[in-house]
Amino acid sequence: MIIKPLEFEKPIHDLYIKIDELKRLSQEGQVDLAQEIKKIETRAKTLKKEIFAHLTPQQILQIARHPNRPDSFSLANLICDDFIELHGDRHFRDDPSMIGGMGQIASHRVVIIGHQKGHDTKENIYRNFGMPHPEGYRKALRLMKLAEKFGLPIVTFIDTPGAYPGLGAEERGQSEAIARNLKEMTGIHVPIFSVVVGEGGSGGALGIGVANRIYMLEHSVYSVISPEGCASILFRDTDKADIAAEQLKLTAKDILELGVIDGIVKEPLGGGHHDWHCQAENIKKVILKDLASYKRKDTKEITEERYEKFRSFGKFMDESKTIKKGD
Amino acid sequence: MSILDWFNKKEKPEQGIKKLDIPGDLWVKCYSCNSVLYLKDLVANSKVCLECQYHFRITPQERISYIFDHGSFTQNENQLKSIDFLNFSDTESYKKRLEKATKKSGSIDAFVSGKAMLSGQAVNVGIMDFSFMGGSMGSVVGESITRLIEMAIKNKLPLLIFTSSGGARMQEGILSLMQMAKTSAALSRLDSVGVPYISILCDPTTGGTSASFAMLGDIIMAEPGALIGFAGPRVIEQTIRQKLPKGFQRSEFLLEHGMIDMVVNRRELKDKLTLSVRLLSPKFSGKQGKR
Repeated sequence: MIIKPLEFEKPIHDLYIKIDELKRLSQEGQVDLAQEIKKIETRAKTLKKEIFAHLTPQQILQIARHPNRPDSFSLANLICDDFIELHGDRHFRDDPSMIGGMGQIASHRVVIIGHQKGHDTKENIYRNFGMPHPEGYRKALRLMKLAEKFGLPIVTFIDTPGAYPGLGAEERGQSEAIARNLKEMTGIHVPIFSVVVGEGGSGGALGIGVANRIYMLEHSVYSVISPEGCASILFRDTDKADIAAEQLKLTAKDILELGVIDGIVKEPLGGGHHDWHCQAENIKKVILKDLASYKRKDTKEITEERYEKFRSFGKFMDESKTIKKGD
Repeated sequence: MSILDWFNKKEKPEQGIKKLDIPGDLWVKCYSCNSVLYLKDLVANSKVCLECQYHFRITPQERISYIFDHGSFTQNENQLKSIDFLNFSDTESYKKRLEKATKKSGSIDAFVSGKAMLSGQAVNVGIMDFSFMGGSMGSVVGESITRLIEMAIKNKLPLLIFTSSGGARMQEGILSLMQMAKTSAALSRLDSVGVPYISILCDPTTGGTSASFAMLGDIIMAEPGALIGFAGPRVIEQTIRQKLPKGFQRSEFLLEHGMIDMVVNRRELKDKLTLSVRLLSPKFSGKQGKR
C-alpha cells in the first residue's frame, strides 16, 4: 500500500520512488542496476536515520496522528496468539472508540483495552476519531474488573485526542466516568501495563492509564491538552499550535525525563506506520518481560507500587526551599 | 433563531464579567439581574443576590466565614510553591503569571486547606481559589489536596472540598495531568477507612478537576447555577457546531441527569453540610463540642 508521505518524509519517499523505478528498469531492460540501486538504498537509509534522529515535536505529533499508525485493535491481534473482542458497558451502549478483549501472549492470558481510531474517514466516523464517550470508560472499567476477577494482567493501549466533548457525553457524565476509572484503577488487584501507542490526549488518555508500568512508543505523544487547545486558550491564537507543541513537552523523551513513564519502546526506522508487525513485535517484547516479572508479585505489592508511583508525581518547592519531586 | 429571540436577547442583562462602574465599594451590581445591591446586605446574604439568588464567586476566606464556626479555621502549614520547571511561556511566562496571581489573590497557590469546626464538629476542609490562575490544578494544588486527604485518613474526620477550577494547569504539562490520578488514588484510600468525603461544586468546576476528585464525593452538592462539566461550553460548541441548550452544564442540569445529589443555596449550605456529616459519621460530636 502506498502511504502518502508527510512533508518531512518527502526526500526519503522520493528516493524510494527512484529505487522502484530503477528496479523496474533493470527488470524490463535487462540492464544490471543492482549496484546503483544498492547505493541509493544506503543513501535512503542514512537519510531516514538522519531525519528521524532530529524530529521536532510537531513532526512527532504528525507521526503519532498518522492515519496509517497501527491501531489498538490491530496491535492486540498482532501481539496475541489469540484475541477475542468483548463489547459493551452493560449500562448504555457499546462504544466503538474503546475496544477491549481477552487474549493470550505466549503463556500469559491477558485483558487488553485500548482507544480505537480509524484509518480513513468512514472508519474514523464509526470510531468517533478515537474519542470515547462515558460508556467507553465504563466498558474499560468493566473489563478491568473482569480481569481482576480472573487474575488476568491488564494491558492498555492509549491512543486518543481526548475524551469526546459533546452533549451526550456531558449528559451521561464524562467527568464522573473518567474520575471513577482513575480511582478504581488505583486499587485493581492485577498488574496494569499501559503503552501510549499514538496520541495520549489529556484526561481521556489517563482514564485508562493508571498503570504499574507506563511506556510510550518512540514517536507517540502524551499531553495535558492538545497543542491546538493550548494555543487557543493560552496563546489566544490557534496558529501557535507548533509553539505550544514545543512548550508542552509532550514527546516520549520529554515525558521520560519528567519521570512519568518507565521507558520508551523503539519503533521501526521511519515510524510504525510503515511496519505494523515490527511495531507490534517491539511492544510484545516489552510486555512479555513485564508479564514475567509481575507473575511473582502479590496483590498488595502490585497495588502499593501503583499507588506510590502516582503519589510521587509533581514538582514543587517545599518549605525547605529545595526543589522536591513528589514526597 | 427567530427574529423574536433576537429582540428578547436585547432585553436580557449582559452576562459575564463586566467591570462595575459604580463608584466606591458600597454598592455592587449583580452580574445576572443587574440589580444594584448594597454591599453590606450582599455580604450578610453570603454574597447571594437578594433579587435573583445569583451566587457571586467568593474567596476561600469568605467561604470559611460563611460556612464554619467563627474563628475555628486553622490553615495547614505546608508552604508549597509552584515552580516553572518546563520554562513555560505563552503570551507571558508561567513565572510571571504566578507572581501576578500571588499579588492579586494574596495566596501562594489556588488551594487553601486546614481544619475547621462545622456546627461544633471538627472537619477537614479544602477550598479552591478561582481567582488564582483560574483555580487550575498544578503540582502544588494536587499535592495539597492529596495531603489533605491523607490528613483525613489519619485523623478520621470528615472531609469537605469546595471546588472552583478550570481544570489542569497547562503550564505544568503532563505533571498537571497526573495530579488527577494522584488525588483520585488518595481518595480510594480514604474509602477504606470509612471517612465521609463531601464534594461541593462551585462555579466553575470543569476539566481535570471535575474529572477527578470533584466527582468522587460520597455526597456531591453544587451551588445553584454553577458551571460543571468535563469540556468547556466553547469547546463543545466548536466540536458539535451547534448552540448549546439553555442551562446546559449548570448544577440543575447535572442534578436532573443524576450526576449530583443536590443543588444547595449557599445560605443553606452550612445546615445541609452539618446534617450530612452528622448522618454519615457515627462519632459525630457536633454541638457537644467533643473532638
